[in-house]
Amino acid sequence: MTMIFGIPLQAFLGQLLIGLINGSFYALLSLGLAVIFGLLRVINFAHGAQYMLGAFAAMLLLQYFGINYWFALVLAPVIVGLFGALIERTLLSRLYKLDHLYGLLFTFGLALTIEGTFRYLYGAAGQPYSVPPALAGGTNLGFMFLPIYRGWVVVVSLIACIGTWLLIEKTKLGSYLRAATENPVLVQAFGVNVPMLLTLTYGLGAALAAFAGVLAAPVYQVSPLMGSNIIIVVFAVVVVGGMGSIMGAILTGYMLGIAEGLTKVFYPEASNIVIFVIMAIVLLIRPAGLFGRDA
Amino acid sequence: MTDLIHSTTSAKRTERSATASMTYAIFLAAGLAFLVIAPAFFYPIFLMKLLCFALFACAFNLLLGYTGLLSFGHATFFGGAAYFTAHAVKEWGLTPELGILLGVAGAVVLGLVMGFVAIRRQGIYFAMITLALSQMFYFFCLQAEFTRGEDGIQSVPRGHLFGLIDLSQPTNMYYFVLAVFVIGLLIIWRFINSPFGMILKSIRENEARATSLGYSVARYKLGAFVMSAALAGLAGGVKALVFQFATLTDVTWQMSGEVILMTLLGGIGTLIGPIFGAGLVVTLQNYLATSDFPVTIITGVVFMVCVLLFRRGIIGEFYASRLGRKLGFEHRR
Repeated sequence: MTMIFGIPLQAFLGQLLIGLINGSFYALLSLGLAVIFGLLRVINFAHGAQYMLGAFAAMLLLQYFGINYWFALVLAPVIVGLFGALIERTLLSRLYKLDHLYGLLFTFGLALTIEGTFRYLYGAAGQPYSVPPALAGGTNLGFMFLPIYRGWVVVVSLIACIGTWLLIEKTKLGSYLRAATENPVLVQAFGVNVPMLLTLTYGLGAALAAFAGVLAAPVYQVSPLMGSNIIIVVFAVVVVGGMGSIMGAILTGYMLGIAEGLTKVFYPEASNIVIFVIMAIVLLIRPAGLFGRDA
Repeated sequence: MTDLIHSTTSAKRTERSATASMTYAIFLAAGLAFLVIAPAFFYPIFLMKLLCFALFACAFNLLLGYTGLLSFGHATFFGGAAYFTAHAVKEWGLTPELGILLGVAGAVVLGLVMGFVAIRRQGIYFAMITLALSQMFYFFCLQAEFTRGEDGIQSVPRGHLFGLIDLSQPTNMYYFVLAVFVIGLLIIWRFINSPFGMILKSIRENEARATSLGYSVARYKLGAFVMSAALAGLAGGVKALVFQFATLTDVTWQMSGEVILMTLLGGIGTLIGPIFGAGLVVTLQNYLATSDFPVTIITGVVFMVCVLLFRRGIIGEFYASRLGRKLGFEHRR
């Protein structure tokens, strides 16, 4: 058997793949956080809850309406995105004039409420969501066994990340968004409906989180706690990357996912905390984050 | 002319603050008297829990209310100190006061480390960094040998205070906890009214100006952070002796959220607000413990309502109300 650094190649690549998958979710979620923060100046603590809502939406759509994975992949983000837009329009928008910490506290309360409600209704235990038949099974790449669904997750989340990046960097709507990030008052003076833009952005961020949630449903169990488990790690990712750049958020997500996977191979005891340790080191060396502009 | 106006308003202000401190003194005396006779009416264990959380919330408020730093990781100091005290008392056979001191010392070390990393960023980043670091501490406690994982450290003896007073007697324990609580509050009061505390307030109001006046802002922030951590540790150490166990619950991020809620509900930046907030939250939890309705939902909703409608908190609203102003209180924010 081939060995690499004294570890069987199979195990090494297996953990690398798991790291890549986790990294995909980190990238998708930190991307959404960065987009929302860029424009709204709100750290969306409810991002994890929205990710969980996406997974639950997929599961419930299947249970009650027999709607399969492929439709859920579109429907769940739309539902959660609309819910997010509603929250932004009615409640969150009242807090923009205040200290940014209030936005964080409000979304923290929102996350607790959503999570508590789902825990009350469906229990804390996870429920399985089966892989769609078209993506079931695996393929032997010669050097490793690749479950097709996992490969699909990596590819699709990469496409979603690049798509969002293109939307923001290359389209007219994206240019409005970027302009409003720099100077909302001026952009409004040019006749752009900035409040609408804010609602749209929050809805888009929530939809991205829900999209990640649907992708995650067959990989992890669908559980009310899945969101709060991941959101703290994503916060660390965002601190490492710095929220100044969209691409930075994506790259950091993948990098830290892989770092976590590799730690699982070489020193499993530390795999839970490696991202936090990296965060601390980055803060000591480069407080603004790897891609950050703001000090 | 302007001088005249200025002097009359400032005279009025002194007069006002004199009334305020009078009212304050009466309030405090009444509160203290209530706490002294309270064991006749309530379960001592409930009162002790309340006092521990009230001290915890006051320690947290020292940082948020008086320095303007929102820490999302204060459970680390509370729960960490609980572990240290429990371990020292149970495994090493230390007396309770030494055990608590050791817990505080542990919290100071944790506070130094976390503070040193976290004060490198401000505002929202500070909150996220403290949250991430406290999650790291949670995983450490989950895996470390001495915390006994999911079981926690059970049946911790309360022992004899100074080798003399038997703390296994609920009444003795209660008055011990009350004494610690009062001492803790006195320390906080002294701290925020010291020159150090004044500089902290100036940092809260305008960090750039404090820097330009020549203050080493980072050092002051770290000082406040460590002070707050130490007092949170004091509360945690005492709590470990009250309940005679230390578990993972106290180091979770939910606990960090709870203390934020207590402070927000009672009134950020008021000395006694967090005590009322802690009282409300603890009472609510006790009340809901018997029903199967999850506390999280209520906690979350109260959070949102507070942030949207009620940002000054109970005591802050009272200070800002007509009655409060008549009594001579002032409250910004």
